[in-house]
Amino acid sequence: MRRLLILIVMVLAAPGVAFASSEKVSLETQHWSWQGLFGSYDQAQIKRGFKVYKEICASCHALKLVAYRNLADIGFTEEEIKVIAAEKEIQDGPNDMGEMFTRSARPSDPFVAPYPNDSAARVANSGALPPDLSLIAKARAGGPDYLYSLLVGYAEAPADIALVPGMTYNRVFPGHQIAMPQPLFEDMVSHDDGTSSSLPQLAKDVTAFLNWTAEPELNARHSLGLKTLAFLILLTALFYALKRQMWADVH
Amino acid sequence: MTASNNAIVRWIDDRLPIFTLMRHSTSEYPTPKNLNYWWNFGSLAGFVLVVMILTGIFLAMNYTPHTAYAFESVERIMRDVNYGWLLRYLHMNGASMFFALVYIHLFRGMYYGSYKSPREVLWWIGIIIFICMMATAFMGYVLPWGQMSFWGATVITNLFSAVPLVGTEIVTWLWGGFSVDNPTLNRFFALHYLLPFAIFGLLFIHLWALHTVKSNNPLGIDIKGPQDSIPFHPYYTIKDLYGIGVFLLIYLFFVFFAPNFFGEPDNYIPANPMVTPPHIVPEWYFLPFYAILRAVPDKLFGVVLMFASILVLFVLPWLDTSKVRSARFRPIYKQLFWIFVLDCLILGWIGAKPPEGAYLVIGRIATIYYFAHFLILLPLTGWFEKPRPLPDSIGAPTVKR
Repeated sequence: MRRLLILIVMVLAAPGVAFASSEKVSLETQHWSWQGLFGSYDQAQIKRGFKVYKEICASCHALKLVAYRNLADIGFTEEEIKVIAAEKEIQDGPNDMGEMFTRSARPSDPFVAPYPNDSAARVANSGALPPDLSLIAKARAGGPDYLYSLLVGYAEAPADIALVPGMTYNRVFPGHQIAMPQPLFEDMVSHDDGTSSSLPQLAKDVTAFLNWTAEPELNARHSLGLKTLAFLILLTALFYALKRQMWADVH
Repeated sequence: MTASNNAIVRWIDDRLPIFTLMRHSTSEYPTPKNLNYWWNFGSLAGFVLVVMILTGIFLAMNYTPHTAYAFESVERIMRDVNYGWLLRYLHMNGASMFFALVYIHLFRGMYYGSYKSPREVLWWIGIIIFICMMATAFMGYVLPWGQMSFWGATVITNLFSAVPLVGTEIVTWLWGGFSVDNPTLNRFFALHYLLPFAIFGLLFIHLWALHTVKSNNPLGIDIKGPQDSIPFHPYYTIKDLYGIGVFLLIYLFFVFFAPNFFGEPDNYIPANPMVTPPHIVPEWYFLPFYAILRAVPDKLFGVVLMFASILVLFVLPWLDTSKVRSARFRPIYKQLFWIFVLDCLILGWIGAKPPEGAYLVIGRIATIYYFAHFLILLPLTGWFEKPRPLPDSIGAPTVKR
């Protein structure tokens, strides 16, 4: 009964708490290549974003739902994927001798997580758990605009905000105190194709990559959607004409 | 009467009159000739039910009802199953579409008095279908095992703890344990698979009742002779097909270009019993009822009121004391109808807001109005309203003044 009461209080109070702490922050709305009826992913941008993820984000954040083989979707060749996968080691087994062994990752493996489990991740990050990023672009209100705004939203804390030790000020993070220190800085990742390595550019590219991990089907979805809607417009017009014709003697 | 010129068809029909049945209920079924486009929504809802069952069967082939695998099996459908994303987005958005269509269908029945004699049983079966739909949708939303799935299931099943004396026992029985957990997910999956077939059966009883009492129409007067009606086929089959075309354009726009428009971002976070989401909200189609539930300070009374808000529909045919069906000829009821629609929209808006301050006050006023509409305004209007003169027949809809 007591457990139940606590739950009810929690559930009834939760929206109120959220309301109290959520003054509207405006996101820095960007134009993303995949938005709109004709939108599709910019493969070069997603590849750049993958590099940012691999060199920076991957040291704390897992991508459990993405396998190395999926990188073929964003333009990596089979050979390149084998090399990327082989950089990581995973535990496999048991073998014929009944023993677990370590081997390098293969294209069919999911991205190797930086920590073996959540507890290990918390210990390494002073109690905070870096979330898996596979679906992050769909799991936050505002989606890619929120991710971008968060990545460029680090600033000096205003004087009236007392930061909890170990926390960093962020303009768009709910409550403005985030356990993740600023992850991206200018020139942290360099690109071969001459794309600038400014902070906004890095943030945009990695956001594009994370949108792809959340919605890998988007290109196929948009292309099938356009064909389907075009067909349906014709079919519906035909039905309408038929309806008019058949009903002509009723009216 | 011969069923057909075809000897095989005749042979079968003499033994099982299935072709005669089909002819009676489609090509020969006399339908009022003046039905407007608001009468398309019943057939549209039936169409979506079929879409939901078909996509659901194929989703079930790839889904794992276990707390440890449910979330990832849904993501496997999205990523690795051929056109799995299409199946799931059709199913997900289909639920929202189904409710939108059924709500319009229901309000159409209210506006044109379709629940009045002799259509009370037809109306009842419709409400039973609606209740089954709500149960199915609620349990379906739990299956992806995201944060909203888990916490929505926790909040809604906990409502039953308000039952006096045996509340806690009922909740434990519903859960199959001491919290929402694997047994809950398993039984919700089984019931989510079962109930749509029950709805499918109810749909045929709904149609049986409909074909017995015949369709109502915008004038709300009976068919008086053959000049008032037309055969269902081809007139309404083509009209329904046109409706399906328009509907599919809207439905598939969401499926292909805004598939998560009706969803909550939180449900893409795997369920975590240790972390409560800051804002637990049900899907949009439950919001008005959620608002009624939270309008009442007492939990038991809130739950009772929420169920009463649906059950009151069963006695609507007797609460509405007017003999005139269509709101076209009821000047006061027509206005009350639109105020009631507005009241339901306000309740939906309040359901999405936290229950505090002005929201709570507005929610309470809207809840009181909801019940006042049925229990006070409708009976009084029927007694005191002066309806406008009814036309003589559907064929001659103009009235001599």
